[in-house]
Amino acid sequence: MAERAQPWGDHVAAVFIWTAAAVVTSVFVWMLADIVWNGAGQISWEFLTAPTDDAGRAGGIGPILVSTAMILGVCMAVSVPLGVGTAVLLSEFTGTNVTFGRLVRRSLDVLAGVPSIVFGLFGNAFFCHVLGLGFSILAGGLTLACMVLPILIRSTEAGLRAVPNEYRMGAAALGISRTSALWHVLLPAAAPGIVVGLVLGVGRAIAETAALLFTSGYVDRMPGSLFDSGRSLSIHIYDLSMNVAGGSANAYASALVLVALLVPINAGISWVADRWLHRRLVR
Amino acid sequence: MIPPAAPPAHTPASTQSRVLAAGARPMVEAQRVSVRYGKHVAVEDVTVSIGRQQITALVGPSGCGKTSFLGTLNRLSDLIPGCEVAGRVSVDGEDIRARGFDLVGLRRRVGMIFQKPNPFPLSVRRNLEFPLREHGVRDRARVAEVVEQSLRNVGLWAEVKDRLDAPALALSGGQQQRLCIARALALEPDVLLMDEPCSALDPLSSGVVEDLIGQLRAQYTVLIVTHNLAQARRIADNVALFWAQGGPGRLVEHAPTEAFFESPRDPLTIAYVGGLRG
Ligand SMILES: Nc1ncnc2c1ncn2[C@@H]1O[C@H](COP(=O)(O)OP(=O)(O)O)[C@@H](O)[C@H]1O
Ligand SMILES: [Mg+2]
Repeated sequence: MAERAQPWGDHVAAVFIWTAAAVVTSVFVWMLADIVWNGAGQISWEFLTAPTDDAGRAGGIGPILVSTAMILGVCMAVSVPLGVGTAVLLSEFTGTNVTFGRLVRRSLDVLAGVPSIVFGLFGNAFFCHVLGLGFSILAGGLTLACMVLPILIRSTEAGLRAVPNEYRMGAAALGISRTSALWHVLLPAAAPGIVVGLVLGVGRAIAETAALLFTSGYVDRMPGSLFDSGRSLSIHIYDLSMNVAGGSANAYASALVLVALLVPINAGISWVADRWLHRRLVR
Repeated sequence: MIPPAAPPAHTPASTQSRVLAAGARPMVEAQRVSVRYGKHVAVEDVTVSIGRQQITALVGPSGCGKTSFLGTLNRLSDLIPGCEVAGRVSVDGEDIRARGFDLVGLRRRVGMIFQKPNPFPLSVRRNLEFPLREHGVRDRARVAEVVEQSLRNVGLWAEVKDRLDAPALALSGGQQQRLCIARALALEPDVLLMDEPCSALDPLSSGVVEDLIGQLRAQYTVLIVTHNLAQARRIADNVALFWAQGGPGRLVEHAPTEAFFESPRDPLTIAYVGGLRG
């Protein structure tokens, strides 16, 4: 009897798991199909490069793409060195100070879960007003950097922790400095963790709306410098679908561009990490 | 601080004369060395002198502090959180625990081989070049020469000369361990610390590495931890027995190999040698 019950339980579990997988996959496919169906018609070179017109109903998304790239650029330029540096500090140099490390890690985990609108308000108060950057691409990028940092730090740290301790001991026993060991062995070996952090971080940054509304603003002109306000793709989509009657066609097209952008960006991250870090190792 | 211990029951000092000739300058000297991990005392009051260009085998049951003691000799113990060392350690007459002592120089002079072979995840060649470059050997021709010579010294040249750029981790365990030895030798150390270098290897590779260690005697001062008494007997000039009886590990007996096995003085040594023999 007991032997019968076992396969029955397995059967129920299998059905449950497959149903769950099917639901998740179909939701994703449906979303993607919806975006492609409604958006693909508008996509053209003209759409990708032309300035917006009639509040976004007409024209293209040229300035929006440029602003998005600039915001992302600022965010990554600030968060990558800071994030990797902090992760190195946490995993390689706080060995003897356990309480400090634990405190920082706890704070990061809390920060990673803070709703983005809170980051937006903070960014508005700190970058726009205290630092006097106003509504600008710089303020937006810096706010996004604050949001992305916890993710980046934690994944890089996890990557470094996964590197066998024998490499550290072996390097130290050969009189190799910690910096050299890090640069030549530990960071390259931690590259997979760094890539995960970057992909998650970029994903979060490029999808962000709330934090940017208050910091980089929603001016849809072509930005002249980092100190100009600029509208990101996500804000453009939000604005078109919520505030502009008749803007949904271009909202769909912009959403398609946003999703499509993630593919080359993620491929690019993996390529760069492989090329600059992992490639130094021979496995 | 570790409270000053009462004179230990077994005073290895009495055996010192059996190991070092009067007037000989030891290469490595430990005086009343103790090692603690937090509150746990792993090694207590070890005093020992290691002669130049000799192989000294450290034997004893697991957990008696052999690895901990070895770590004090190149100050790798500095890297272990919570690990505290007391006492005096000198290498070639210099107090290596002195404030501001040149650690990089120390680790160049005192190489270490670990139980589990630990080549870096780099190519065979880069495994040797990387530490050399770190120590300022930059000239390409010179580096290539040292790489080849070090590989020849460990009998690995013929086996790997055609795949110097292949991953070191693709080598067999025994080859990896010999590569690690070559990597240490490339820095021209005076002392080699080896922590059970053969115990993770198959018998055949173990034999090859053991033969290699035997040949190092002429040029290096070798301290080797081994669980294999037969191996100690084959390659060592002197044997030191560590023992932890419920408490911290101590040095019980330190004697020339022949004397250690044929006429041990300490009851623990007699039991250990006898037990493994019988
Ligand atoms: N990193 C460490 N932290 C805490 N205790 C340790 C550590 N390393 C070793 N010990 C303890 O110190 C004692 C001696 O260990 P070890 O030096 O590894 O002995 P052996 O090499 O002779 O087997 C053991 O009781 C062990 O549990
Ligand atoms: Mg050990």
